[in-house]
Amino acid sequence: MTQSVIVQVGQCGNQIGCRFWDLALREHAHVNKRGVYDEALSSFFRNVDSRISDGGACGVGERIQHLKARAVLVDMEEGVVNEILQGPLREVFDSTQLLTDVSGSGNNWAVGHMTYGSAYREQIVDKLRKAAEHCDCLQCFFLIHSMGGGTGSGLGTKVLKLLEEEFPDVCRIVTSVYPSAEDDVITSPYNSVLAMKELTEHADCVIPVENQSLVDIVNKIKYMSDGGKPGSVIKRDSAIISGRGGLSGAEKPFDAMNNIVANLLLNITSSARFEGSLNMDLNEIAMNLVPFPRLHYLVPSLTPLYTLADVNVPSRRLDQMFSDAFSKNHQLIRADPKHSLYLACALMVRGNVQVSDLRRNIERLRPSLPFVSWNQEGWKTGLCSVPPVGHSHSLLALANNTCLKSTFVELSERFTKLYRKKAHLHHYLHVDGMEQSCFSEAVTSLSSLIEEYDHLDATKGKIVLDATRLSIAT
Amino acid sequence: MSVVTLQLGQCGNQVGQELYDVICSDAQDAQRRTTHTTVSCERFFHQNKHGDLVARAVLIDMEPKVIKQSMKKAADSGRWRYGDDSHFSQKQGSGNNWANGFCVHGPRHIEVVEELVRREVERCDRLAGFMTMMSVAGGTGSGVGTYVTQSLRDAYSKSFILNHLTWPYGTGEVIVQNYNSVLTLAHLYQLSDAILVHENDTVHRICSQLLNIKHISFSDVNRVIAHQLGSVLQPALTADSHGVYSRNPLGELVSSLACHPEYKLLSVCTIPQMPSSSIAYSTFSWPGLLKHLRQMLISNSKMEDGIDWQMRPPSASERTRSLTGASFNTSLANLLILRGKDVYSAEAGGFEDPALYTSWLSPETAFTRWNSPVPFNKYEKSATLVSNSQALLKPLDNMVRKAWNMFASRAYIHQYIRFGISEEDFLDSFTSVEQVISSYTQLCN
Repeated sequence: MTQSVIVQVGQCGNQIGCRFWDLALREHAHVNKRGVYDEALSSFFRNVDSRISDGGACGVGERIQHLKARAVLVDMEEGVVNEILQGPLREVFDSTQLLTDVSGSGNNWAVGHMTYGSAYREQIVDKLRKAAEHCDCLQCFFLIHSMGGGTGSGLGTKVLKLLEEEFPDVCRIVTSVYPSAEDDVITSPYNSVLAMKELTEHADCVIPVENQSLVDIVNKIKYMSDGGKPGSVIKRDSAIISGRGGLSGAEKPFDAMNNIVANLLLNITSSARFEGSLNMDLNEIAMNLVPFPRLHYLVPSLTPLYTLADVNVPSRRLDQMFSDAFSKNHQLIRADPKHSLYLACALMVRGNVQVSDLRRNIERLRPSLPFVSWNQEGWKTGLCSVPPVGHSHSLLALANNTCLKSTFVELSERFTKLYRKKAHLHHYLHVDGMEQSCFSEAVTSLSSLIEEYDHLDATKGKIVLDATRLSIAT
Repeated sequence: MSVVTLQLGQCGNQVGQELYDVICSDAQDAQRRTTHTTVSCERFFHQNKHGDLVARAVLIDMEPKVIKQSMKKAADSGRWRYGDDSHFSQKQGSGNNWANGFCVHGPRHIEVVEELVRREVERCDRLAGFMTMMSVAGGTGSGVGTYVTQSLRDAYSKSFILNHLTWPYGTGEVIVQNYNSVLTLAHLYQLSDAILVHENDTVHRICSQLLNIKHISFSDVNRVIAHQLGSVLQPALTADSHGVYSRNPLGELVSSLACHPEYKLLSVCTIPQMPSSSIAYSTFSWPGLLKHLRQMLISNSKMEDGIDWQMRPPSASERTRSLTGASFNTSLANLLILRGKDVYSAEAGGFEDPALYTSWLSPETAFTRWNSPVPFNKYEKSATLVSNSQALLKPLDNMVRKAWNMFASRAYIHQYIRFGISEEDFLDSFTSVEQVISSYTQLCN
């Protein structure tokens, strides 16, 4: 069994990470009733004997002594990390996994990337190495950060670069929270575009989620659980947004949104942790979904989001789950994949679902979904037999789809609006190592990415003939 | 003689486990026929010091979960088990990448695997050969499987090697499956004595239409494959075996079916297949079974449901063929295996019609028949046909077409280059598989 390390950077990254660890513990507690440290647990947690100084590690098969998260927490403020350390999850981390400063990055990518990036380089690498040393087969780093601020976007992408330098063979999957158009951080377009260049160049996969989509989903769930249509009673403790049953007590404003992202991460890794009749390992994600190295942005959608009360879901409702995964209001980013072009799509199913259910639904949905001509059958599937807590089954779809183009175009426009007036530019150019060329390179990188999507989009709907085959002399 | 199997990757390890299970339960069911049981057990199992039957298998995967599951299932059956130390697994899979399996994992672990195989071979009094079981879609089965086959070929140059391949569903398993399949087939064609193929799509249809399974799982699919394989590999009497169960199943199979190095692709169909609850209420007659089976062969349907009864062997003047239209399935060679009651009364003349075969081989050479009076797997009478024919031409052509379209836009190539497979390697593989397609297309001329 392989292990993964979560690297959470900045306020947003740490808040999501915190929800993730809470839910991961709950999920394993639900599956693992005997209190034995099993392989599934080992993928995200170490089992240490705290009586021995320096934490003597206990192997798989022994009793659970003391679980420690395989995580590195980085923030340039103390607030969020301190809160975690005073909260119920404090036991899961120890001080060697944390790195904080006091002054923050002031919503400035350059401060995070350049200033803190060079000041803390050694310490970060050291902590990453420590986390890696605790794994006997490290497969994947999951980086969680936001794009809008300074620390998450600036230092986060610096950490990504360090990961590539130090661990070139370990897969890097990044979950990036994109700011809404009405973001309160004025410099967020700068930060996002500067960060995008790093993501495009150094990540294996990026899973973008958007604040606004998360808000919409949360509101809809709350609305439906507060009445809504009769008959469609939503479980109060729907695992998607509620942390109830986990360690944390009262909920904070962003908790519901962060829970959704944490669930996304849980589902991506489920097949690597638990058994199933069709395993989908983490390194298969990039292999199947990334046809060209730079186009590695994957649109996530999660179903069921709006859980209905009864658990024994009949087949029609199971089919509904598959349909929902392609509908606009189940995407975790504001985009409409159904009306754009699919390059590839993965369906990661959990729970009591058979291969025939999968096949039936793919056949049913295929005609309505446009796929690129050379990948008409671009489906990758995984079946994991352990469902999420409180559900009988669930589906995570990851789509490599040109619908992201509109998100990127919008971002690029907001960037240009500021950049044309050179607004706030001096804050960035003050920073050591930051030059104006960084801006132009970043925006060029984004434009060329948009262009690549454009080229593919242009082939949509056209009848493409089969490539002329090699002929054999007879 | 004994057969050593190598189970590779998730698919290989799951199908292999089902195969041993079918063989074991069939052999023990047939206890009244002691020689049959003895021969079957010697062929596939050895006995450990506690008297347990232990499969002559080496289990290989790059991740531990599936092997663990298969070994547990075997042990739970109470009838047979896998050897305690005849398996090899790593922690991290090949990630659906043939190049990762073939260029990285294969070379890295070949010594350990060779040692496991050697130990298994030394347990055999007489070695008939090897059967490797794998899928062509993923990375471990296809990539490591190809590498291991290559090393078997080097180390046991005189032994027979039969590759059993599971071809993926047309859609929805692995996106790069067509690349992986082309690379695997191109390489195996140089190494293997014969390649026996099961297509998931076909087997899935058998599960739903013949066996009436509502929610088809992979283990249902694998059980059908195991049933068909078992009916080929269980002991049977050949024409010149003089009442003694054939001693080298792989050798006899290869020599009767793979008579030309350009033609190595074998497909299987079996009749009857039905839900076990219906067997007791059904009667079978040899003429009926064989009439169906013959029509399944010439119209190329792998199921007795929906056979095209209009299909007739073409007269000498109309021997042409298109890839797309429904057309007559020309054979190079066929092997008919009959098991059950009154097997010697069965009349198989329909399979000796020269119109079924290519013009350059006489039907006497092209057709072989094996018999066994012992019924197989609860069917009172059953017939299996292993065919070296154009049956796989269409799925193979589809596979290459899709891979070639993808290659034309160079999609996913960077993932292979990373592990040392270049564009030229791809082109070489495409060329060899196109050669195979061309040869099979010529078969009807």
